[in-house]
Amino acid sequence: MAGAELGRVGRYGPYGGRYVPETLIAALDELTEAYDAAQQDPAFQQQLDGLLQSYAGRPTPLTEAPSLSEQVGCSVLLKREDLNHTGAHKINNTLGQILLARRMRKPRIIAETGAGQHGVATATACARFGLECVVYMGEEDIERQRLNVFRMESLGATVVPVGSGTRTLKDATNEALRDWVTNVTTTHYVIGSVVGPDPFPRIVRDFQAVIGRESREQVLRLTGGLPAAVVACVGGGSNAMGIFVAFLEDREVQLFGVEAAGEGIATGRHAASLIAGRPGVLHGSLSYLLQTDDGQVLPAHSVSAGLDYPGVGPEHAYLKDIGRVAYESVTDDEALAAFFTLARSEGILPALETAHAIAWVLQQSGRWRRSDAVLINLSGRGDKDVAYVADIVRRR
Amino acid sequence: MSEHSIDSQWQRLREQRRTALIPYLTAGYPNRSASLEALRMLEAEGADFIEVGLPFSDPLADGPIIQQSTQIALNGGMTAAGALSLIREAGLSLPVVAFGYLNPILSYGLERFIAHAGEAGVAGLLLTDLPAGEDLGIERTVYASPLALIRLVAPTTDDSRLKVTLAGAQGFVYLISRLGVTGPQTTIGPQLQRAVERVRGATRLPLAIGFGIATGEQARAVSGLCDGVVVGSALVNRLNQGIESARELMQELAAGLRNGSDSLCGSNPT
Repeated sequence: MAGAELGRVGRYGPYGGRYVPETLIAALDELTEAYDAAQQDPAFQQQLDGLLQSYAGRPTPLTEAPSLSEQVGCSVLLKREDLNHTGAHKINNTLGQILLARRMRKPRIIAETGAGQHGVATATACARFGLECVVYMGEEDIERQRLNVFRMESLGATVVPVGSGTRTLKDATNEALRDWVTNVTTTHYVIGSVVGPDPFPRIVRDFQAVIGRESREQVLRLTGGLPAAVVACVGGGSNAMGIFVAFLEDREVQLFGVEAAGEGIATGRHAASLIAGRPGVLHGSLSYLLQTDDGQVLPAHSVSAGLDYPGVGPEHAYLKDIGRVAYESVTDDEALAAFFTLARSEGILPALETAHAIAWVLQQSGRWRRSDAVLINLSGRGDKDVAYVADIVRRR
Repeated sequence: MSEHSIDSQWQRLREQRRTALIPYLTAGYPNRSASLEALRMLEAEGADFIEVGLPFSDPLADGPIIQQSTQIALNGGMTAAGALSLIREAGLSLPVVAFGYLNPILSYGLERFIAHAGEAGVAGLLLTDLPAGEDLGIERTVYASPLALIRLVAPTTDDSRLKVTLAGAQGFVYLISRLGVTGPQTTIGPQLQRAVERVRGATRLPLAIGFGIATGEQARAVSGLCDGVVVGSALVNRLNQGIESARELMQELAAGLRNGSDSLCGSNPT
């Protein structure tokens, strides 16, 4: 899979790299070797494709959204990753990485999770293959995603609450990395987004690239042409990279990543790393980062736990710098409104993360011609969010 | 100060046939003035080098004790610039190694940091998230500077990687005694001995061992294997109880190393 890697493997322009403790280098080398071998191995691809089809439910459909199309003034198409087993795109990556872990004969799996979707997808794949699964989750996220905690535990995973720092995804990732440094010989760390040290950003992108491959073909078949624009929400950025990568070479296709503006960029309470951050090193790679003038990582904020992360995948940093992808942002309130708009007008409850992409498209009424198609990656479903959204609505 | 001060300190230690005592403290913990007092106490109680931790919000190589100390230091307003001013004010006559994570230093400006650190009395730089060969631009800049680029070797560092790691190493080699993050849990076994032999076979630089050394007895036990012993979490923990408690541990560690000096390897051939 060709992304935006330039020169040295694992670098996207200046971004990426392997800024990790020395103890982990051997494990990253081992993972790189296993992944490169798996990519050359038709049996691996066949097994993964089989699982994606018969277990995850791929290919996911492309759905025309007539009411949204009316509101925006062009043809809006939804790539239905919400219809995957476990309710989001995350399963594409976890099935791939669990197969890699089996190749490496690592019996123990760890993961970090924010919204809980990646944790659930990891716990699911571990249950399917009988691997031990430990998921690190910030205490604040546990509060807002109780349902997913119960799902993970029902699947046999151990959920470890993380009380350090901001008690969210960032700190869950720190804790998962600490576990990995300690148990590296027996354990594979299933990172859930296109972040972390090389080779994780490209492994996760490649496993998510199935979204772009399918949807490019589906749009071509449905409309006879390429979409005018492709839109996805960006936290760490895995669903966005997964769909963008198929269109990077199609210069006529505009690509938009939508970050979480939280309570507004000007308030400082947001998660818009690409828009309001500057380059820095966190969790093993160089990328855009929300940080103070002194280089301390700032807490992110978003109504959506899955976007509540102060960093972003290094390939996004590069795609921003070269101008191939335009990064926009949407506030908590706008995302909440879009959550209901999509539910009421199309009968689809989106995840709060995904609602950011919907909200941005809804604001672009008249931007595209009526004959244009705009493809939105509907990365996850909103079932996990209903209790939390109900709370917010009740408080207002 | 510069890497030369590190080299001459090792020279002195060799002449005295002593194993170096290398305490670690987090700059600004528990607060700036107590931290300043603690640095001077370490020197008075027989430290040969001091590692000063530059606080970072996301210390992923550290266990709970040092994590908490860096968070408290940050809450008290400590920064990279603040740590340098603290080191300068301490006016220590022994070599100081700045220990930390890349991001605050990149944010400060690498070359500016190196210049200001040298002026403040820092002799070496140890970055937990800059493994050898992963960012040649940064590594060359530190290598060519007056600061020593101190390398970490882990139990997972294999022979071919050991060569890469040691190729640009300066000052001394820091051998991580076990898998995991910093913290007082100890495992001194035959594996550590084999790791020491591998490093010895690959470099003539002095060798310090850290991670999990918490008592005078443990310091004595590892002193037979190496040229220096690093003590971090245990000391930070004691500092939480007050400077006199930390002083007692320093005295215990110094006594442990004195008693162990018979078994001092002295094996450094240079």
